[in-house]
Amino acid sequence: MASNKKYWKSVEELDQNSSIVETLRNNEFVEEIPTDEFLGDAATLSATSTTRRDFLKYVGFSTAAASLAACEGPVVKSIPYVVQPEEIIPGVADYYATTMMDGFDFANILVKTREGRPIKVENNNLPNAKFGANARVHASVLSLYDSMRLKQPKISGKDASWADVNASVAKSLAEAKAKGGQVVLLTNTMASPSTDRLIADFIAKNPTAKHVVYDAVSSSTALDAFQMVYGERALADYDFAKADVIVSVGADILGDWQGGGYDAGYSKGRVPKNGKMSKHIQIEANMSLAGANADKRIPLTVTEQKQALVKIYSIVTGASAGAANLGKYDEAVTKAAQQLKAAGGKGVLVSGLDDVNAQLLVLAINKALSSEAFNPSAARLIRKGDSKAVAQLVADMKAGSVHTLIMNGVNPMYTLANSYDFAEGLKKVKTSVVFSLREDETAVKATIAAPAPHYLESWGDVMITKGHYAIMQPTIRPLFDTKQFQEALMAWTGNTASYYDFLKAVGSSIATGTTWNKLVHDGVYTSEVAPVTGGAADFATAASTLAKAKNEGGLELVLYTKTGMGDGQQANNPWLQEFPDPITRASWDNYVTVSKKDAERLGLENFNVANGGLNGSYTTIEVAGTKLENVPVIIQPGQAVGTIGLALGYGRKEGMKEEMQVGVNAYKLYANQVANQVAKVTKTAGDHEFACVQLQKTLMGRGDIIKETTLEIFNTKDAAEWNIVPMVSLDHKATPATEVDLWDSFDRSIGHHFNLSIDLNACTGCGACVIACHAENNVPVVGKSEVRRSRDMHWLRIDRYYSSEETFDKDVVLKNTAKGLTNSITTLTGMEDPSENPQVAFQPVMCQHCNHAPCETVCPVAATSHGRQGQNQMAYNRCVGTRYCANNCPYKVRRFNWFLYSKNSEFDYHMNDDLGRMVLNPDVNVRSRGVMEKCSMCIQMTQSTILKAKREGREIKDGEFQTACSAACTSGAMVFGDVNDKEGQVAKLAEDERMYHLLEHIGTKPNVFYHVKVRNT
Amino acid sequence: MKKVGNHNSFSKKLIFSLAMVLSLSLSSLAQDAAPAAGAGDPAKGKAIFNTNCAACHKLDAKATGPALRGVADKYDKEWLYKWIKNSAELIKSGDAEAIKVFEANGKVPMTAFPQLSNEDIDNILAYTSAPIEQPAPTPTAAAGATAAQEGGVSNNLILGVLAVVLTMLIAMLFFVKNILGKIASANGVALPVKEKSLPIWKAFAKNQFLVLVSSIMMILIGMYFIYGYLMQIGVDQNYEPIQPIHYSHKIHAGDNKIECKYCHSSARVSKNAGIPSLNVCMNCHKNISEFQGDKDSTYVEYSKEFYTAEIQKLYDAVGWDKNTMSYTGKVKPVKWVRIHNLPDFAYFNHSQHVTVAGVECQTCHGPVETMEVMRQHSPLTMGWCVNCHRETNVKVEGNAYYAKIHDELSKKYGVDKLTAAQMGGLECGKCHY
Repeated sequence: MASNKKYWKSVEELDQNSSIVETLRNNEFVEEIPTDEFLGDAATLSATSTTRRDFLKYVGFSTAAASLAACEGPVVKSIPYVVQPEEIIPGVADYYATTMMDGFDFANILVKTREGRPIKVENNNLPNAKFGANARVHASVLSLYDSMRLKQPKISGKDASWADVNASVAKSLAEAKAKGGQVVLLTNTMASPSTDRLIADFIAKNPTAKHVVYDAVSSSTALDAFQMVYGERALADYDFAKADVIVSVGADILGDWQGGGYDAGYSKGRVPKNGKMSKHIQIEANMSLAGANADKRIPLTVTEQKQALVKIYSIVTGASAGAANLGKYDEAVTKAAQQLKAAGGKGVLVSGLDDVNAQLLVLAINKALSSEAFNPSAARLIRKGDSKAVAQLVADMKAGSVHTLIMNGVNPMYTLANSYDFAEGLKKVKTSVVFSLREDETAVKATIAAPAPHYLESWGDVMITKGHYAIMQPTIRPLFDTKQFQEALMAWTGNTASYYDFLKAVGSSIATGTTWNKLVHDGVYTSEVAPVTGGAADFATAASTLAKAKNEGGLELVLYTKTGMGDGQQANNPWLQEFPDPITRASWDNYVTVSKKDAERLGLENFNVANGGLNGSYTTIEVAGTKLENVPVIIQPGQAVGTIGLALGYGRKEGMKEEMQVGVNAYKLYANQVANQVAKVTKTAGDHEFACVQLQKTLMGRGDIIKETTLEIFNTKDAAEWNIVPMVSLDHKATPATEVDLWDSFDRSIGHHFNLSIDLNACTGCGACVIACHAENNVPVVGKSEVRRSRDMHWLRIDRYYSSEETFDKDVVLKNTAKGLTNSITTLTGMEDPSENPQVAFQPVMCQHCNHAPCETVCPVAATSHGRQGQNQMAYNRCVGTRYCANNCPYKVRRFNWFLYSKNSEFDYHMNDDLGRMVLNPDVNVRSRGVMEKCSMCIQMTQSTILKAKREGREIKDGEFQTACSAACTSGAMVFGDVNDKEGQVAKLAEDERMYHLLEHIGTKPNVFYHVKVRNT
Repeated sequence: MKKVGNHNSFSKKLIFSLAMVLSLSLSSLAQDAAPAAGAGDPAKGKAIFNTNCAACHKLDAKATGPALRGVADKYDKEWLYKWIKNSAELIKSGDAEAIKVFEANGKVPMTAFPQLSNEDIDNILAYTSAPIEQPAPTPTAAAGATAAQEGGVSNNLILGVLAVVLTMLIAMLFFVKNILGKIASANGVALPVKEKSLPIWKAFAKNQFLVLVSSIMMILIGMYFIYGYLMQIGVDQNYEPIQPIHYSHKIHAGDNKIECKYCHSSARVSKNAGIPSLNVCMNCHKNISEFQGDKDSTYVEYSKEFYTAEIQKLYDAVGWDKNTMSYTGKVKPVKWVRIHNLPDFAYFNHSQHVTVAGVECQTCHGPVETMEVMRQHSPLTMGWCVNCHRETNVKVEGNAYYAKIHDELSKKYGVDKLTAAQMGGLECGKCHY
């Protein structure tokens, strides 16, 4: 319907004679458009003779010229040294022995440097360097090149010089002395004899000073117990290689329990030798690495664990303590205790229960057993933190009695549960100084933020255990204007010597019978320690107190540290963020782990969405009034019903790249530094998106992927029964798959032929190899959303499988007995769910370097081909990215570069900044977008070993060939070498009757082989 | 700015005669001067000086020690004997003169030469007392340029004359034909009249077969050239950039026969041959602060002053003050232009080729000892690498690494000597990872 309405644009239009209306009708724009003004100088503009056409000509010409010029190669500049240091030869790696110690991790390591920059951490293989590097230590080299580090001192948030810092600290100390105000040194455990002396000097010069040691993740209760019995603040050391029966009550002996580093000794006893291997019984709440490796795992709540510990105590020592009945697991615990007692000196008990009484019982039981594995003499000194002293300090600060607070290596604003109190106290402290690697939560609040050097830039010493003295030496000149805490202490006490000279004097006095040069060269010095017997403590009272433990209602929260993140010091390290957790296989997150039963009760769920990504519900966790919101849930098979687990070390915000600010800060719930808390969990709205790299949880009864057997069968039966060779049909006759071949095999008997052996018995799933591979091969970090899309780039993954029945054996039986279509479907669907307390198996999988590789035959451009030495080679520059090879790979080990991951701001990780790229290995390509990549079996390392031998004109000795993963493996699970060297270790392992190939029936003839897992059930 | 040196005989003769005159006059002067310095023989003295003294002393310039020309006039002869044989003792004895000399020269103790006899010292003194040798004037760049110009003119002249002669010939033929035609018509001889035929291009266009064949030819030729063009993209053979310091490999490796690996020492053990750090240059250039040239060689492209200025550039970079013979500490690293650039995806190791295989540097880098300006001699393409690997036998002599594998492999392939390719040198993964 047509309308005759007239629309008025303004009131002016009502007036027919308005000049404005008239102007508007004639001119679209009322005012003249200020083109000339906009373009700048109007006079010059009118004077110029350049017309629009000319302008376009110029543009066209310059574009053409630029594109023509682009055909020329770029001019590359090379700048040699003015004076080349004698020990540096460009292109040749140097190795320096040093020691990693950051208050949480410690290791005897070698640092590989190229052209003066550290690029990789290797294990120090001297016989007395017994503390190997874990995943975090391997990744620590990247933390050196962290562009978010604190680069120069800051006073009240403003850039300052070290002279300013020294002046204001000296002034504050003088004031404290005059007024009698308290001076407190708050440090992490440094275990450094030289620093201890400097601190003693400092306290002597400042009578009002005291030293408080604070560990972010505390072992305070174990230290208290040890101190009661042995009179020293230390931890007992354990050598699990000497134990036949290991009973652990809540101690993750393969994780970070009491500092960690126990896997090498543990693995030694786990490989069946002469029909014997150790038996490991794990009683725990969270599914830990130790629980996953145990022969028998008993899931109990924390309260029940305490009862179990009392029960074991009473059985081993014969003292009656009246432990409560443990229901369906009572029998299993009793049996474990009996086995422990029967083992006597060959048995050992450990506990991670955060309770002094429990820790006292550990000492009592091991003493009663006179356990050989238990070593209180060479006690560990790497944890000294005192929770009570820290609590007292916070109280003092709030009371205003602390005048000057000097902190080193600690971040209480992040790691204290009562950080709010600490912040309040900090306001009352006159001067607070913090030595920190980055501008973290504490450095932001402190009056002086002092940049500390990374351990790879520092001198130092560490007494890891008594009689095990290690030296830390710098491998690069400090990148920023940093000073060590020790240097500052010396400056403040008026000591004009250098810290190096001081350290040299201390080191020489400790390491007697060796020279300083040898000490620095080896990085480690060991001496005999006097045995200690220890006094008695009231174990009976401890047992009876512990027996009274009761569930206080609610879920029992067990705070733990993840293999990747530890205490969170290296949270800005992209390698560690992307490292998939060995158990949950989730990266870039922490989460609350709940049992399936509890999840159902609380309505929590995990589910997969269309792109394969894993989602989980959000919850709020409340501990004693403190709420932690938006904690995502992962339903964890094996989690004891009535308990939940949550990892520390996440949720950091200050001094972090945005991408790394993931997870929630569980330290908020770490009240009084006790890891066991009572929590209330409520479901909240929304779903969390996880980046989980493994969606298949169970093996579905496919016993040929991880072959396993029991020690009994292994000892009594023929290998053909427990290491079954798959049969295929040839001429309608069953023939072993190993004898059937589609291709004519090449003769590989001449020259080197590399094989990698992986012993599933020794592999603990620790993941050191994953990070070592990252560092060696320039593997890119792709970020959370890409990992969620299954585009992770790890060349080496450690698959984790759960059994859907009690054991994997029963899975196989169940699968084989399923009959008929419907029954098969229901059985197999059921088998996708892991059981409540499953058996767990780890399997490192990298490119299997098949001699008959399916990937090689489908490549249209022959970018992947086989070498005579057994390596499946990948020529990146030839690859056109069809991805046929990845599709045809039965092991799914090929990784595609969906994007350019270096110098790309979309992927703002280490490869996107100049400093972070320093860590790249110059011998390995950085791959570009659109090419396939995969494990090369470290061909750059095998080639350089060969070249070294050629240059020296000699044959290669066994053990010289290494890959990054085999060199990083401290548990001895991965052994690499030349299988044509018949005397070599690998050749012998290849002949072992436990040897099998992954997916043998498809006839790919891999050069990686596995060893059947034997369980001592 | 390359200039070809081409001397005409006149300037050569001139120089020669000048040099002759000068050398004659020098020898006569030397003979005159000899008795003045004592009974020394300057020729013998030169030899002794070069073996014993030249490391620290120069005749006319300060080196580690002072300049020595005319030293015999400054000091008493007996005193000099003592000083040269053992200066430390002389200083110790409290000799005022000795202490003065010692302090004036930065308190650097002089090596004692007790093995020198008085006669030897006389010879040295005779040598040091010889007057300054007049350097023969080297032909300058300008002279070379004129010479080149003259040569160019004469060539052009010949060509011009030839062109004129040819034009004249053509013109003459044309005239002859014309005249013959006129004679013929005058004599009434009827010339055959040419039939009007199709123009050649039209005939060509009509012949479809020819068109087809020739267009195929054209396409093939075009493709050949396009392929050739495309294949040389990224190949920088004969790349010859101007360097921040004009370093002449010809002077160092050619004339002075310095071994390649003296400077490029890391080629023995590393994947990089290494650009020598400046302290390596200073091993020699502490004492060689100006370009002297070599009598046997002619440096026609650049002047002596030019080379000396280039040495000064080195001193500026390394922070060396040649007057005080000391480092100033002000360094300015040299930004060389890299000539041999392998792509990142190709791994090449010098030590494998230099130390293990014993390949001469020149095999890949060409006659470096003749290159005034360094250039890329080889194409550095994969085909070039692979060809060499196919043709070159592995050097196995005296290398225990190869003993077993070479025996077995050569038996398998039925050859006496294995090539690098048979050894596995053609596998992709050997160079690409």
